[in-house]
Amino acid sequence: MSDETKSPSPQPEGEKPSSDKIAGGISSGTPPPGGAKPPAPPEKPAAAAGTTPPKPAAPGEKPAAAAAPAKPAAPAKPAGPTPQPWDSPLVAKLTRQFGSGIQPLTYLGQNYLQVDRSLIPTILQMLRDEEQFDYCVDITAVHYPKREKQFDLVWILYSFSKNERVRVKTQIADGEHIPSAVPIWVAANWLERETFDMFGIQFDGHPDLKRILLPDGWKGHPLRKDYGIIQQDQEWVQINLGIESGQ
Amino acid sequence: MTDPNSSVSHLDLEESKKTFLDANELVINMGPQHPATHGVLRVILRLDGEKVMGLECVIGYLHRGVEKIAEHRTYTMFNPYVDRMDYVAAVSNGLGYCEAVEKLLNIEAPPRANYIRVILTELNRLASHQLWLGTHALDIGAMTPLFYTFRDREEILKIFEKYCGARLTTHAFRIGGCQYETYEGFEKDVKKFLTFVAPKIDEYEELLTTNRIWVERTKKVGTISAKDCIALGVTGPVLRASGVKWDLRKAQPYAAYKQFDFEIPTGQNGDTYDRYLVRMAEMRQSLRIIQQAVDAIPEGPIMAKVSKVIKPPVGEIYHSIEAPKGELGYFIVSDGSTQPYRVRVRPPSFVNLQALDLMCRGQLVADVIAVIGTLDIVLGEVDR
Repeated sequence: MSDETKSPSPQPEGEKPSSDKIAGGISSGTPPPGGAKPPAPPEKPAAAAGTTPPKPAAPGEKPAAAAAPAKPAAPAKPAGPTPQPWDSPLVAKLTRQFGSGIQPLTYLGQNYLQVDRSLIPTILQMLRDEEQFDYCVDITAVHYPKREKQFDLVWILYSFSKNERVRVKTQIADGEHIPSAVPIWVAANWLERETFDMFGIQFDGHPDLKRILLPDGWKGHPLRKDYGIIQQDQEWVQINLGIESGQ
Repeated sequence: MTDPNSSVSHLDLEESKKTFLDANELVINMGPQHPATHGVLRVILRLDGEKVMGLECVIGYLHRGVEKIAEHRTYTMFNPYVDRMDYVAAVSNGLGYCEAVEKLLNIEAPPRANYIRVILTELNRLASHQLWLGTHALDIGAMTPLFYTFRDREEILKIFEKYCGARLTTHAFRIGGCQYETYEGFEKDVKKFLTFVAPKIDEYEELLTTNRIWVERTKKVGTISAKDCIALGVTGPVLRASGVKWDLRKAQPYAAYKQFDFEIPTGQNGDTYDRYLVRMAEMRQSLRIIQQAVDAIPEGPIMAKVSKVIKPPVGEIYHSIEAPKGELGYFIVSDGSTQPYRVRVRPPSFVNLQALDLMCRGQLVADVIAVIGTLDIVLGEVDR
């Protein structure tokens, strides 16, 4: 039942990354407007739900959902921070080289790069070779079923010499392939296998891309949002365990 | 294997695709039900006589879908689940999760809560290392340390039980601080434990450090270089035993660790013996930290101002701590609702286990057991 309560919430979520992008887009051009807004409506969050001009249309039945699309106007919560543009020598170097292909942002003191899918291999290679991000902490994905490019793919990197973390993010569509990072960091091997297992994302050039946590013959990728929490591969369970169902 | 420059490339494409045409090669299955695999780990060994040519780990037997469950629970409801991943260091798991959500909420636990957190987490690190030592020694054939370490670990579990009612899956912390104030006599109990356990650690060392059998079984076994550790993402005592002085408690301090004076023990050879020495030294450092924390524990509130319904703003966060086994990270994505949109756990055991193949190549079959033990994996965390 928590299943059903959860399923509506991805819907507003579909729009959030785009609003993130808008925030990034605005601020990269002119930072002041983003900064100038929050002071203006400090005690209006309740009223904002009724008065927001940008999106009076469909999805705003629930108050929670209404607050979300209203985000470009930034009335929501006084405490809610938004991603800010991130500036550093590394960023300057990257923007000089790749231009609008990357969006450097920072949120709650953590830096990340929103990167075009086509630039991913070059940027990852460069981060390791030239910027000493020699430790690949984690590779994972996030599923946004309502979005055209359904997956956010995330690389979390760390540099021992700089004691610095950076996240690289990109969006890919369902069924789209992405070059494997195993030639760059050997550690990517199992991490990519797990991402494949849980989301069905294909990594090209991976030495042995097969399931890691679930059994080999299993159908479906459990961490996708359309995979129910008690759902399972009935056929597999029946054949291999000889029972109707575990549930 | 011995050439440091080529060792990582062992894991390359060519190597893993090699067919087993050599007549001397024998493929043997170990586990998943094997007492020395510390849970349900299956290892497929490729042997040439007694020598390991390569191996493949098969994991997932304990997969419970923790990350999926998280998406269907509120932030508060998910908190106890994290204790069930690394169940011998449940306090560390809880600390990482609570701090990650606190970061997402942009709040901080009050100082007193942070001190309590440090004391309990370090006690848990000690308990985890004690359990590791006992079982690791047992695997190699030394039975006595198991009884010693379990006897002393019991005292830690008693403190946990008195503090929060649970011994293993403690759920000791809450988002925003701690739920429970320390019980009457908590400081006294902890101090008593410190004086009790310090000589016991010497006792363990007396049993093993210069023991000829122990040294023969661990020295130059499962060697891994610092370079390979970094390439494979290996963290924790395994990385430090290879000579990299890196500990998240120092590198990116969290909780109250900034206020304490302690060393990061390191090794040089990156073999099983060095990893043993590093963990023994870490136990002593934990005692130092606990001593300082319990002496200086401040008065004050134990809970930050957190609304009853936890609803972080839209955004994402990655937060990691130094768990007894290595870097334990939480990547949490919030969609502004009461349930996390995605929780990713970066388990140290999972990533460290990836190094098993490299560490076992060229070793004897019996050493595989020693290497699995020295990696200190917990399958509940590997599989989640």
